[in-house]
Amino acid sequence: MAEKKRIDEPTGTETVGHEWDGIEELDTPMPRWWLFTFYACIIWAIGYTVIYPAWPMISDATKGVSGWTSRGALDAEMKAQADRTAPIRNAIGATPIEQLSNDPKLLQAAVEGGKAAFKVYCVQCHGSGAAGSKGYPNLNDDDWLWGGDIATIHTTLVNGVRQPNNDLTRMSIMPAFGRDAILQPGEISDVADYVRTVSHQQPVTGARQRGAAVFAANCAVCHGPDGKGMRAMGAPNLTDAIWLYGGDKATIVQTVTNSRYGVMPAWGPRLDAVTVKMLAAYVHSLGGGEALPTATAPIDANPAAAENVQEANVASK
Amino acid sequence: MSHPNNVKEVEEDLHLYAKRKAVYPKAVDGWFRRLKWLIMVVTLTIYYVTPWLRWDRGAYAPDQAVLVDLAHRRFFMFSIEIWPHEFYYVAGLLIMAGIGLFLLTSAVGRAWCGYACPQTVWTDLFVHVERFIDGDRNAQIRLANAPLSLSKITRRLIKHGLWLMIAVMTGGAWIFYFADAPSLLHDFVDGRAPFIAYATVGVLTATTYTFGGLMREQVCIYMCPWPRIQTAMMDEKSLAVTYKDWRGEPRSRGMKKALEEGVPTGDCIDCNQCVQVCPTGIDIREGPQIGCITCALCIDACDKVMHQLGKPRGLIDYITLLDAEEEAMGHPRMPVRKRIFRPRTIIYFSIWGAIGLAMMFSLGNRTRIDISALKDRNPLFVKLSDGTVRNAFTIKVRNMEARPRQVEIGLLGMDDARMWAEPGDRDTAQRTIRLVVAPDSVSKDRIYVISKAPEPAREEFSFTVRALDKQGGSDSDKVTFDRAEGQ
Repeated sequence: MAEKKRIDEPTGTETVGHEWDGIEELDTPMPRWWLFTFYACIIWAIGYTVIYPAWPMISDATKGVSGWTSRGALDAEMKAQADRTAPIRNAIGATPIEQLSNDPKLLQAAVEGGKAAFKVYCVQCHGSGAAGSKGYPNLNDDDWLWGGDIATIHTTLVNGVRQPNNDLTRMSIMPAFGRDAILQPGEISDVADYVRTVSHQQPVTGARQRGAAVFAANCAVCHGPDGKGMRAMGAPNLTDAIWLYGGDKATIVQTVTNSRYGVMPAWGPRLDAVTVKMLAAYVHSLGGGEALPTATAPIDANPAAAENVQEANVASK
Repeated sequence: MSHPNNVKEVEEDLHLYAKRKAVYPKAVDGWFRRLKWLIMVVTLTIYYVTPWLRWDRGAYAPDQAVLVDLAHRRFFMFSIEIWPHEFYYVAGLLIMAGIGLFLLTSAVGRAWCGYACPQTVWTDLFVHVERFIDGDRNAQIRLANAPLSLSKITRRLIKHGLWLMIAVMTGGAWIFYFADAPSLLHDFVDGRAPFIAYATVGVLTATTYTFGGLMREQVCIYMCPWPRIQTAMMDEKSLAVTYKDWRGEPRSRGMKKALEEGVPTGDCIDCNQCVQVCPTGIDIREGPQIGCITCALCIDACDKVMHQLGKPRGLIDYITLLDAEEEAMGHPRMPVRKRIFRPRTIIYFSIWGAIGLAMMFSLGNRTRIDISALKDRNPLFVKLSDGTVRNAFTIKVRNMEARPRQVEIGLLGMDDARMWAEPGDRDTAQRTIRLVVAPDSVSKDRIYVISKAPEPAREEFSFTVRALDKQGGSDSDKVTFDRAEGQ
């Protein structure tokens, strides 16, 4: 091949030496700018592999002299963000939860921060709009199992619901009336009818009278004689329009038969105190938040009172 | 062309890149030159002075008469304030500017190019500076050809220094349209202005210096699309700078001698004054051409020569192609009135005027307050414990006046509905809410609407807003109220 290389006369360019049916190919050199760019790329690539982690080894890869890692870059970014928000977070941390609403700016920051944290930790059960679903309370409405003022919400968040090894956790234990044979199926059906009449879902029938007796004997301890519930026990109001698991007869029968034991993690040990406060502020801001009870010691500042509640719960079983 | 050697010669002369032929325009005085002076003074004054004009808008808005406030997305122009959503006014202005140029072109030809285009104005300014330092045309040519000497270097340094100074001032003036001029100047000198200010000044300094000082007529001839468009827009009734060849030809340098010899001569004595004064370096006697920006300096130069020769002025003159034909045949020229008022100019003017009037009308009638309601979609509705349904909305009220305004938000439709805004609650729910919207801003409030009615699953109603001051104004936005899922 090589012997056929020659200089092409009209162009003055060397040929590559191939010939096909008299057609030859010119060995036109690369444009200079292209070549220099190519060399520059090679030099840049070598420098890059020295400075940044690049070469795969058997169990690891070269580290690069700059020590850069994507994990490190993320950490730096997170730290920069944490530093940026530190003043307002510290201010929120230093403010007792009951006094958060006195400072609108602080409250606004807490609500926004809580909104972000909610998207990470809470949406899995309560939904992205906090509207809940069957078994997971809707946090937008005005019905609260344990209370809807900001301090009570905070306590619920810190201690969770039915968490073992937590004395302050929200623990309501309704007996499984059917499964444990406390009530007969007929009685359960009667009491379900009764509950549906007190919540105005069905008209008064004969079953109501029988059910009323069953209710007074078994349920009124926690749900109250009028069925309006008792927040200290976490016993829901049975007369309103909101049903956590459902207000139709079959669901009520099932609830009375087997009881319901919803759980929520205790966020106090899992998240930092400021984030939990912000979550409380956010949940309180969703439209159903209640005012703080006047002249009452906040519940989380009085563990003894909470313990009493728990004892009452156990006793009611 | 049949001879191969000839072809080769032509090929050697043709290049992709045409080397610039230096232009040393000669100073000239005359009617059109004075008009150019006047227009230059007026346009430069407008450019430099406008940002420094003040306009009292009260305590809540900037007091700069013309301000493009990009940071706050407002455009102030004397008594007019434009918000981003009203940008069509700016679009309308641009359309008017475009049609205005059409109108100008069909009436008086390339007058924009010759007198008012920034490229022309700044190039003119740079040419004068050059003349001030280096002397007139002949001195400039001599200096260009002279070997490098101390005096040449000094003159060059002074010239380019002055050019750069003008360029810096040009770029410098631009930034004042975008921020409070006095405080920006203060910050700029102190080195505390934002980086973008310095970058803008830097870029505009570079473009002004390059375009006005170095490239000059090449911008018009090679870069600017406008001459191409103008070429398409001009017709036989558009004014153009024309050399009357029927009067000037044949040219003669020795007229007396020619007369003695009985050779016929035209009025053109081939003195080349028209070429020497031309800022784009063309010879107008070759006929109309894209390089001619119709600055009419050649008319001034030629008129002067004709005056000296005792001949009537206007061997080179502003005339239309139609006039040129008529005049060549010895007919009288068309009256100016007829030339200006013809269907084309009237149509352009009507469109231009109609857009202007429509914009003025709409400016006079625009509301300065409006409302937009955004419904919470997650959750769509919330059932409260007594069975009442609650929907949440984010209400934005836009106050476009530079003062705080008290407004009343109301409900239109859904007679049983009540609403409250935070920090209120259900007990205080009413049909109306009053709030104060900060000056020149948009308020954002979360509003809860409740309805006890069990039906229908979806219902339409409107939020209304009404300003409670003397000026008044109202607006509404239609939204839906949802009661049940799956509807």
